[in-house]
Amino acid sequence: MALQAVFFYLFSFLTVASAVMVITARNPVHAVLWLILAFFNAAGLFVLLGAEFLAMILVVVYVGAVAVLFLFVVMMLDVDFAELRAGFIKNAPLGAMVGAILLIELVMVVGMRFAGTAQVVRGPAPAPVAGSTISNTEALGAILYREPFVFYLEIAGLILLVAMMGAIVLTLRHKDGVKRQSISAQNARNPATAIEIAKVPAGGYTVPPKAPEKVRS
Amino acid sequence: MSFLSNFWTEWGGAVLWLAWSVASSLILLALLLIIIAFLLLMDRKVWASVQLRRGPNVVGPFGLFQSFADLLKFVLKEPIIPAGADKGVFLLAPLVTAVLALSAWAVIPVSEGSFFGLAEGKWVISDLNVGILYVLAISSLGVYGIIMGGWASNSKYPFLGALRSTAQMVSYEVSIGFVIVTVLLVVGSLNLTTIVNAQKTGLGTSLGMPGSILDWHWLVLFPMFVVFFISALAETNRPPFDLPEAESELVAGFMVEYSSTPYLLFMLGEYVAIVTMCAMTVILFLGGWLPPLDVAPFNWVPGIIWFIAKVTFVFFMFAMVKAMVPRYRYDQLMRLGWKVFLPLSLAMVVIVAAFMQYGGLVR
Repeated sequence: MALQAVFFYLFSFLTVASAVMVITARNPVHAVLWLILAFFNAAGLFVLLGAEFLAMILVVVYVGAVAVLFLFVVMMLDVDFAELRAGFIKNAPLGAMVGAILLIELVMVVGMRFAGTAQVVRGPAPAPVAGSTISNTEALGAILYREPFVFYLEIAGLILLVAMMGAIVLTLRHKDGVKRQSISAQNARNPATAIEIAKVPAGGYTVPPKAPEKVRS
Repeated sequence: MSFLSNFWTEWGGAVLWLAWSVASSLILLALLLIIIAFLLLMDRKVWASVQLRRGPNVVGPFGLFQSFADLLKFVLKEPIIPAGADKGVFLLAPLVTAVLALSAWAVIPVSEGSFFGLAEGKWVISDLNVGILYVLAISSLGVYGIIMGGWASNSKYPFLGALRSTAQMVSYEVSIGFVIVTVLLVVGSLNLTTIVNAQKTGLGTSLGMPGSILDWHWLVLFPMFVVFFISALAETNRPPFDLPEAESELVAGFMVEYSSTPYLLFMLGEYVAIVTMCAMTVILFLGGWLPPLDVAPFNWVPGIIWFIAKVTFVFFMFAMVKAMVPRYRYDQLMRLGWKVFLPLSLAMVVIVAAFMQYGGLVR
């Protein structure tokens, strides 16, 4: 498949190039936009591997939701570029160390694959069985929703639920004296409880009408 | 000469495949854009009729060529880029909007089977296994055009419009996702053609009727149909959820600084996204290209015509909503999305899943 090779080099070149642009771009918003391009091309690589479900999930979750929030935050920040550059020399050794460790680990993983020593990475990549009609999505589902992985999946879901509840509890405050809207109380209002028609005698003085009943939330 | 023949044996298939893909995409795009030009006119005509106006009626008979006149005018105007704008991102934003909106049509099947003996098979450019996820992914990317446009304009109103829009689209995508999950539970496939064909049998056929309108998902999943329709309005920033644009408060929201062709691209992207959502409504709930009653005079009509008719009908509903419903307040919009639609669609996912599992209906 010559065409596949062309697309592979296109996608991987764009992924690497945009990843480089993420860390070299001066403007943080531009950096996030390059990051999005990198995600997008990574999804393209997944499609070439035949993992179309993972590719779509990558786009929906990372590009469609996570990166949007990222961009949102970066856009709202008032970043002082001069201050950022001032800290560069101070943080450079730490950054170099993290980079070096990551590089060594990558070399080790790739080296093991070629040396064929590690049990996990040895052997051919799991190719789709010839003539099988099971789609990518079905295959993933059959693994994720059967024992033993279904337990891990549920534990992951529970952890996310707890994290979400924690975030809500931390930000939820009930202050006294704050006027709040009660939709049901508003919808339950009717002319009888909301308005009062005052009889105004002609020529005489008017009795001030009783104040209409307040809607309590 | 031998180089050429070598080239052909190695690359011939690829070149042919590429040429066919490009040609079929171009045909689809041309037809789609022409149809959208007339749908745009229909939108304005419906809106005008509700308000007892005539609408555009000067260019061509009944104003039929109004959209083309608008196109010419937009293209011939001078594009103005604000001095404080981020030029690259400013120009990229409308392109992103238009290209993403159009690319969703790569997986949307418009018909199946023969058209007076022509074009057998599936009428779709790319019959993706995960077609519905692709459409969801592309529609969730549409927000980038708006954020980039709002930010790059370097002005207050566009930025406010972009912020509103981001929160709105992210909120309603959640409920759209769950609605799609309920349809997937019923069908058991992510392929759009399979989803339509699954609606050939259903409630009506189980009662012994021929395939009809009663088999389609809108009846069995009626609450989800309503939720999807309203979420589609919100997702495409249509009135009553047009807060990102809101002429009366934000002038035109994220598009304030745009003029000429970039503005045209924004409008085009918006309308293509609307038609895409109409097509998704038709595919998921209204039986795609299936005839409303599978008997003699109806099933002679080719599927593509039924498909276009149904999309036009859903678009008419969109236009009527625009004409009749006043704009939501922002907090009401958020309340509807998170406190009404999300619990409702989540509950429906559970109910439908339980029904499929214990009712013995798993396909």
